[in-house]
Amino acid sequence: MAYLELNNVYKTYGTDENATEVLSNINLSIEEGEFVAIVGFTGSGKTTLVNLINGLLEPTKGEVLFKGKPVEGTSHERGVIFQNYSLLPWLTVEQNVLMAVKEAFPKREKAVYKRKAAYYIDMVGLTPAINKLPKELSGGMRQRVAVARALSMKPDMIIMDEPLGALDALTRGTLQDQILNIWGKDKRTALLITNDVDEGIYMADRIIPLRPGPNATLGPEFKIDIERPRDKTAMNDNPNYKKTRNAIIEYLMDIGEERKSQVSEAFLLPDLAPKDFVNQFR
Amino acid sequence: MKQSVTLGKVTKFMGLGFLSTFKDLFTGKLEKEDYKAFLRKVIVPVASVLLFLGLWHLGAKALYNVEAEFRIEKALNEQGQAAADDMAACIASGDTSCQPNTLPSPSQVWTSFQSLLNDHALISADKAAFKEKTAALNEKRVAEGKDPIVYTGRPSFVDQIFRSLKTVFAGFFLALLIAVPLGIFIGLSPTLKSAFNWFIQIFKPVSPVVWYLLVFMIVKTLLIDSSEDSSFSISFIAVGLCSMWATLVNTSMGVSSVDKDYINVAKVLKLGNFQKVFKIILPSSLPLIFTGLKITLSVAWMVLIAIELLAQSPGLGLFVWEEFQNGANDSNAKIIVAMFVIGIIGFLLDRLMLSIQNWVSFEKTDAI
Ligand SMILES: Nc1ncnc2c1ncn2[C@@H]1O[C@H](COP(=O)(O)OP(=O)(O)OP(=O)(O)O)[C@@H](O)[C@H]1O
Ligand SMILES: [Mg+2]
Repeated sequence: MAYLELNNVYKTYGTDENATEVLSNINLSIEEGEFVAIVGFTGSGKTTLVNLINGLLEPTKGEVLFKGKPVEGTSHERGVIFQNYSLLPWLTVEQNVLMAVKEAFPKREKAVYKRKAAYYIDMVGLTPAINKLPKELSGGMRQRVAVARALSMKPDMIIMDEPLGALDALTRGTLQDQILNIWGKDKRTALLITNDVDEGIYMADRIIPLRPGPNATLGPEFKIDIERPRDKTAMNDNPNYKKTRNAIIEYLMDIGEERKSQVSEAFLLPDLAPKDFVNQFR
Repeated sequence: MKQSVTLGKVTKFMGLGFLSTFKDLFTGKLEKEDYKAFLRKVIVPVASVLLFLGLWHLGAKALYNVEAEFRIEKALNEQGQAAADDMAACIASGDTSCQPNTLPSPSQVWTSFQSLLNDHALISADKAAFKEKTAALNEKRVAEGKDPIVYTGRPSFVDQIFRSLKTVFAGFFLALLIAVPLGIFIGLSPTLKSAFNWFIQIFKPVSPVVWYLLVFMIVKTLLIDSSEDSSFSISFIAVGLCSMWATLVNTSMGVSSVDKDYINVAKVLKLGNFQKVFKIILPSSLPLIFTGLKITLSVAWMVLIAIELLAQSPGLGLFVWEEFQNGANDSNAKIIVAMFVIGIIGFLLDRLMLSIQNWVSFEKTDAI
């Protein structure tokens, strides 16, 4: 039995004539301790998929199983790093993290909470900004607070929705390593949503592309057979790395082309195209 | 490498040199800017106040002349030339018995203002003397379990101001105590929202006079046994009910429109309902709640005058009404004094709420 399982999951927003099926027939299984990355184009439904897994959304059809049980609502076992940080603007960095710590570890002493919060804030290098409000932070700093908040709850599984999108390459690299560290230390399970193939290859055991929506489905998976700990510079010479990277990018470019041609054909030949003509590209 | 460093140094130097000359230029320009700002922020308002006073003076003079001529004309038509001459002489002499009763001039208003202050000083002195005189007796009465004797003399203008402020704040806190919790419940529950919506829509536009009558009907019956003067209770309750709608609507709007991201955070952290309301929903709707409270306070102050007048509750409203009924020579001037006082206090209350509002809004200020 897989740690996390999605079986024939469909997600439709809206009802009746306004209904759009964003995700269709998603099948995914992640083993305990695995690190899986999902890459996809913008708007393809990545956040929707994440919210189905963390319990903020319910599938229209199909089932989401976590440790063999259906996901019903959110849980402290699954930590989330939101794409848009979602920090509470009226709380300082420390208070934002403290709030999560207190919820995850009820009935401890105040000093314990403070120490835990300080530990995770230090881990993301924000100790100097501990008493600042989110609006006084840069985008990257906010993202790091969100990372600290999610990790401070010590979740069994970390779900990250493009967590490093707003960061510069250098900070990005450090945080990638920190996330890998934490993931490796207690052998947690991780799901990373990203639009950066290299990030996926550096961090994940498997990369799964999400095909563009509507009706987005998961593409074929790509296994990353590179030994850990990985080294960014050494990896460049690894023949395995080059092969996998090329394969993934080729696949993504193909579906990108497909999407473009679908759109342009549909516009160029609105009346002449028989229904099947458009459908055959799907 | 070395070259680039020195080059950098030199450019820095040059940059600084350039900057310092530029700075002079800039400060010169700044002074000009300052001068302009001074002109705009000080000279223009002062000039407009003077212009306003001038126009007011001329207008009051014109109205005075119209009324004086009318009086002389009337005397001439009704009683003949001699009476008309008498009237003209009387008006010119400044005798209070025959002065035209019209819009007072700025100087008359200023005089009235000073006489009101003098009056206040007299009454305060009187009160203090009374207190001193009755202190020993009151102590004895309290010891015997009787009510102390209180000063029952005429309130001064300043006393009226403080009574009005007391009424308005009592009404404001009543509005706050009703509207904020109710608004939170309405905002949290769509069912309550649809239950209350018609209620809000219908009662929001009802005029202060009608609110007063309604409160009068109810409070009069409730206090039927009590010998107490119910006018204060009636007026502050009516003020509260009139003014609470803005807070009610804003609070429920703020609570029901909390950013979805924050709600998601609450869900992911699995906050309990109590925590969710107090740690997420309330803080994020505080700015809107305070916007509502600011409107409520200014509405409360505006309707207060009308309600005090109706309720015969002591305060500025009653002061204005009594002066109007009184028809004394300087009554009109006193009414205008009251008008300015009402306006200035309203403005100050608004500023007070604005600064509180800025203080709680996390977008602009530092901390809650
Ligand atoms: N609450 C909603 N109601 C209706 N449609 C929605 C809702 N949320 C998302 N969608 C639609 O679903 C599609 C996928 O959205 P989603 O946010 O999952 O994309 P994404 O892959 O995360 O994009 P990005 O890379 O920009 O974050 C979009 O077309 C969006 O318009
Ligand atoms: Mg997204």
